[in-house]
Amino acid sequence: MSDDLRKQHGTTGHSWDGIEELNTPLPRWWLWTFYACIVWGIGYTIAYPAWPMISRATGGVLGYSTRGEVAAEIDAVAQSNAAINDRLASVPLTDIAGDPELNQYAVSAGGAVFMTWCAQCHGSGAAGAKGYPNLLDDDWLWGGDMEAIHQTIANGVRNEEGDDPRYSEMPAFGRDDLLEKGDIEAVVNYVMSLSGTPVDAGQVAAGAVVFADNCASCHGENGTGDRDQGAPNLADAIWLYGGDYPTLIETVSNARFGVMPAWGPRLSEAQIRAVSAYVHQLGGGE
Amino acid sequence: MTDTLKLIALGLIALFAAIAANHARDLAYMVNALVVMLTAGGLFLYTLRMTGEERPVRDVSGEYMDDVVRYGVIATAFWGVVGFLVGVVIAFQLAFPALNFDWAQGMANFGRLRPLHTSAVIFAFGGNALICTSFYVVQRTSATRLWGGNLAWFVFWGYNLFIVLAALSYVLGGSQSKEYAEPEWYIDLWLTVVWVAYLAVFLGTIIMRKERHIYVANWFFLSFIVTVAMLHVVNNLSVPVSLFGSKSVQVFAGVQDAMTQWWYGHNAVGFFLTAGFLGMMYYFIPKRAERPVYSYKLSIIHFWALIFLYIWAGPHHLHYTALPDWASTLGMVFSVVLWMPSWGGMINGLMTLSGAWDKLRTDPVIRMMVIAVGFYGMSTFEGPMMSIRAVNSLSHYTDWTIGHVHSGALGWNGMITFGALYFLVPKLWNRAEVYSLKLVNWHFWLATIGIVLYAASMWVTGIMEGLMWREVDANGFLVNSFADTVAAKFPMYVVRGLGGVMYLTGAIIMCVNLWLTVRRQPEEASANGLVPAE
Repeated sequence: MSDDLRKQHGTTGHSWDGIEELNTPLPRWWLWTFYACIVWGIGYTIAYPAWPMISRATGGVLGYSTRGEVAAEIDAVAQSNAAINDRLASVPLTDIAGDPELNQYAVSAGGAVFMTWCAQCHGSGAAGAKGYPNLLDDDWLWGGDMEAIHQTIANGVRNEEGDDPRYSEMPAFGRDDLLEKGDIEAVVNYVMSLSGTPVDAGQVAAGAVVFADNCASCHGENGTGDRDQGAPNLADAIWLYGGDYPTLIETVSNARFGVMPAWGPRLSEAQIRAVSAYVHQLGGGE
Repeated sequence: MTDTLKLIALGLIALFAAIAANHARDLAYMVNALVVMLTAGGLFLYTLRMTGEERPVRDVSGEYMDDVVRYGVIATAFWGVVGFLVGVVIAFQLAFPALNFDWAQGMANFGRLRPLHTSAVIFAFGGNALICTSFYVVQRTSATRLWGGNLAWFVFWGYNLFIVLAALSYVLGGSQSKEYAEPEWYIDLWLTVVWVAYLAVFLGTIIMRKERHIYVANWFFLSFIVTVAMLHVVNNLSVPVSLFGSKSVQVFAGVQDAMTQWWYGHNAVGFFLTAGFLGMMYYFIPKRAERPVYSYKLSIIHFWALIFLYIWAGPHHLHYTALPDWASTLGMVFSVVLWMPSWGGMINGLMTLSGAWDKLRTDPVIRMMVIAVGFYGMSTFEGPMMSIRAVNSLSHYTDWTIGHVHSGALGWNGMITFGALYFLVPKLWNRAEVYSLKLVNWHFWLATIGIVLYAASMWVTGIMEGLMWREVDANGFLVNSFADTVAAKFPMYVVRGLGGVMYLTGAIIMCVNLWLTVRRQPEEASANGLVPAE
């Protein structure tokens, strides 16, 4: 075929290192497609914002803008949800669950809020991680009814930005020399005995004394915790940071200070209520 | 006299580098300064030992300067394997995050290795391939020896020093955080010096040519060298924080900086990976196929259309950002109009085989070059399509982009380079043919299947995650969290990694084959004489 092309069109007459070039004309389909693209390009730049002029660019006859497109989409959703959104923001919190339409809306809206803002720490399945509570179980640090969950989400925990954050602070018994090393080991053995097996059963009795003197005021006489202070239940075998011996030694010695942001300043009331409803129905709601 | 000047210059450089290493404000800068000190010191000692020695003067004006091309071929193969290997490592780091080992944090975690991979493949592998093939091609098609004497050696060693400095700097944390332009200010300055020397050698050779016309391959090479110089200088305008530290501050800020970066970034694709490699294609395909180029007219029209249009296409990287809509529209329009000019190169490459299609069956080297042109055509259709705003709103930030880049890089740049290396090594070492065409065939299939696995898995994950990100329920609320999309991609990440392993295996087979070509094939008479074609 190349020999046919050579006969038909000839070459340019040059040769470089043995390479010649045929004088084949431009393929028609190629040329017409190229022209079509150019014509389309001119049309498109007339229709849409395109050419920079002296003080501003041409706006395009369609009046299109990417920001306008996004704003219109957001508006459409906001409008179609406006009525139910207002209802969600205004009814008493405890009424949401009893209203099937409102509850369904709240849970799907809350799911989206959770995926966007909460999943980073609590996991996209809400099962938590070390230091970040599992929201699927019925073990609540600060309370698990709608009011309590709403309060926690709106104000956060141990932050400096909410109006009224959940706040408590466990002393660092080792770092601040509040307890001797032996006492810490003893009390850890006692705490382990509440929900399982201590490492050294011989220390449990001594640990109980240390516990009563130093820990019971917050965690309760039986170690079952106190939600008013966010003091975890130590007798239920559920651990936020881990229930093994070295981790508990670390916790008692240096304490923990988990922080959660306040969402009141970031999200709307309807969004906070929605995500409260979502968390509430995950399994542990009270 | 020249030796004395050389000794003084090298001594001063070594001395200043030692002082710089001593005052260094960060590790990357210190290690780079030590490398410069050792290099300059070594050259100083070498020059000192050679001073006063009688050096045999041989008249080489009647021969092509091929030693530097031979070194370039070796460097290309070496950096290719390094770049592919790092790519395979980071592909598996994405699939299995545990491979970001604790002990290697800050050195060999994904964030440090990723720029190492991209730079190794684009600049070390691709750059060495372009430099050595352009030196080879410009001599043959101009029928003259490279201009500038040892300047070509300076270009080769200087460029590879740039690569070593950049690579060491990346893993030690020296980066200006601009994609494909990560090297910090002092490495950029060095590359500028090397690049100007490269331009001088190439342009000097063209000016000294014995042929009346400049061959099309050289248009492409020259446009690549000139444009990359401009892109490199403008995008890297920055003010160093200290003369003794790697950190610098960009001159541009905000969306201007983003636009400059993607003007650079897209034209790195357009002129480094497209125009330069088209230069390779325009020589090696007609040579290997022993056929005339299909259409001179097409080559001239698509060349000018390509270089005029490419330079405006960058804004399509910034759709739906702070970039004004007008700039985004123009970027998209120029990208779409670029479709046919890009395909002009594909048509000219493929149709050059007219009358020699049987070679696809018999010659795996030609097959390699042809599939490269095929992948070129595919990705230059995909690119304009992805630049369309509506498509981009789905594809942007997803793995589709990664797949697109790799079908271009592995399919087009990789395969055409492999083809060129299989062509060059027997020629440069005076052997009749590569050691084993059967091994070339193995390389061809491993690489091709590897690319298909890579591209297909990235299409699947890219479109999947794009759809998952935008999935909303009946009330307009998002359905998936980001972590859900990451988890969903896992199987395809493994497939991608395996594709990479196949591609790497093929490249290692190539290295063995080229090694055996030099070692085992019988030597023939040299055909290194300068012969003007007419």
